[in-house]
Amino acid sequence: MTRAFMKGNHALAEAAIRAGMTFFGGYPITPQSEILEYLSGNLPKAGGTFVQAESELAGVNMVYGAAAAGHRAMTSSSGPGFSLLQEGISYIASAELPAVFVDVQRYGSGLGDIFQAQSDYYVATRGGGHGDYRMIAYAPASVQETVDLVGLAFDKAEEYRNPCLLLSDASIAQMMEPVVFPEKQECNPDHDWAVRGKRGGDFKKITSTMYYIENFDQYIHDKYATIQANEQRWENVQVEDAEVVLVAFGISARICKEAVSMARAEGIRLGLIRPVSIWPFPEKAFDEVSKDLRAYLTVELSALPRLRDDVMLATEMKTPVHHFLAGDTIPSSRTIVKQAVALLEK
Amino acid sequence: MAEKRIPKTLVENNKFCPGCGHGIINRVLAEVLEEMGLADMAIGSVAVGCACLMIDTFGTDWVQAPHGRAAAVASGIKRVRPENFVFTYQGDGDSLAIGFSETMYAAVRNENITVFIVNNGIFGMTGGQMAPTSLPGQRTTTSPAGKDPALAGQPLNIVNQMRQLPIGYLARGSVGSFKEIIRLKKYIKAAVTNQIEGNGYGLVEILSPCPTNWKMTMQGALDHMNDNVKKFFPTGEFIKEGVLTDA
Ligand SMILES: Cc1ncc(C[n+]2csc(CCOP(=O)(O)OP(=O)(O)O)c2C)c(N)n1
Ligand code: SF4
Repeated sequence: MTRAFMKGNHALAEAAIRAGMTFFGGYPITPQSEILEYLSGNLPKAGGTFVQAESELAGVNMVYGAAAAGHRAMTSSSGPGFSLLQEGISYIASAELPAVFVDVQRYGSGLGDIFQAQSDYYVATRGGGHGDYRMIAYAPASVQETVDLVGLAFDKAEEYRNPCLLLSDASIAQMMEPVVFPEKQECNPDHDWAVRGKRGGDFKKITSTMYYIENFDQYIHDKYATIQANEQRWENVQVEDAEVVLVAFGISARICKEAVSMARAEGIRLGLIRPVSIWPFPEKAFDEVSKDLRAYLTVELSALPRLRDDVMLATEMKTPVHHFLAGDTIPSSRTIVKQAVALLEK
Repeated sequence: MAEKRIPKTLVENNKFCPGCGHGIINRVLAEVLEEMGLADMAIGSVAVGCACLMIDTFGTDWVQAPHGRAAAVASGIKRVRPENFVFTYQGDGDSLAIGFSETMYAAVRNENITVFIVNNGIFGMTGGQMAPTSLPGQRTTTSPAGKDPALAGQPLNIVNQMRQLPIGYLARGSVGSFKEIIRLKKYIKAAVTNQIEGNGYGLVEILSPCPTNWKMTMQGALDHMNDNVKKFFPTGEFIKEGVLTDA
């Protein structure tokens, strides 16, 4: 265990090294470039390889190669770059390889801007690449949680041989907080599925699994159904007696947590569901809410509601689902309490 | 009776069209890998195009890359497994159209990989569309009136592009005649040796006929290659041990 006071991006990078990552290929883009900067010096020191690729396309395909060779590999990006990673992610998912991706979200479509946002929710949870795949996706709400989830992402990626995403945002990436790091893991890349030359054995092909798995549709359906059933993660705050339950992830969930305390002090029964895994979406979290519930309120740093849709699906719209969209401005906890009170007064 | 000696690496009959150059190139590459004791340590990166048929018939480890990205995938493999022989096997459309950037930058970084580019002047697998290497006037399914260089550009010569770069080995061969095949084998051996010795990026471009999509007989396609294609794409060794030759 090592304690430190660190910026989110640097902590993420350090956590990846400690999780046994031996290959990183990436391309600069704000607000995640510090991940590359940190790794360019520290990954080689730890015995790994850092490559500044000529593009996100090259970076993700280097990751594909390193992952095919059995090594723990990662790339990171933001918005416009995350769009470019989708080709590789689809291939990596289709070849059933583990790899970890990071999207430090920024605001807006197109070039957008570098401010914090949560508007990559769809591409993170639905998959922006082609075909039948899904990606396990975690949304940390603090620097410590970033560290913890990076390690988990590598483990889960390997367990399910599936890409895993860390969906962060500019504020968590740029804030400094105290963190505790785990010990460094050493990983053996010589998995039975990894390419390393025949060495006298049978030759291996790493390609889309649909080409060699019999009954592919059923296989892939079962794989993702298993993940859906077993890998939901969430944090619930005082939902047992709440009249309004906020739903938020990442940075906005932190403010919502504060809003719950503030509301409770004033006798307002507010609760919070904080998805930690945004895919699989933690539907089970909604089983814990009170019978007195009058409304859900999603709080999202985006211009269009996204998380709202998953809440509607998870709750089958038995309770009204409202949304509060903060765009690229971090709302105050007071603002959120006011929004909730307005729903109760309706 | 003469003994038919087929390299063990060719684990099944190839699936290319009759008269296609890929079959010869596969055989030569398999021979070189076996003669150099590398067949068991080789990892190939192949994408789409007719080359991808090799994944079942050419018995090395393979990773199937997205279209154009084989050089990036190979770079990732080689960086984490430097003890293996890592190569790409690509068509000209794959490596020079969609994958031009990945092809060039692997060379810019002088990645210690070996790249084989099969130049048949056309997109074979997708049914004969125009490639960056198609000749002026060449009729393809997307240049039915013949390729117009004013609109589509002159044939892209990767050897000329690569000559400026700090790479280990660069050659262009052909399967146009028995003599040329012998020479091609020498080039492939040199390119493989280049990687084993750690000299960095090596590239062999190979002129190859596609009778199916050129809509020619086997002999007609060979003649066309030897008479016309070679004028645009002269063969030879252009960089050896990191040094420009005067070829
Ligand atoms: C992203 C993407 N775009 C297009 C294709 C379709 N595609 C498959 S092979 C090919 C062209 C291959 O031509 P070339 O590399 O010259 O190889 P050849 O078949 O001639 O050997 C294309 C365009 C694809 N598979 N992926
Ligand atoms: S289409 Fe052309 S390149 Fe492809 S296998 Fe047939 S002859 Fe060869």
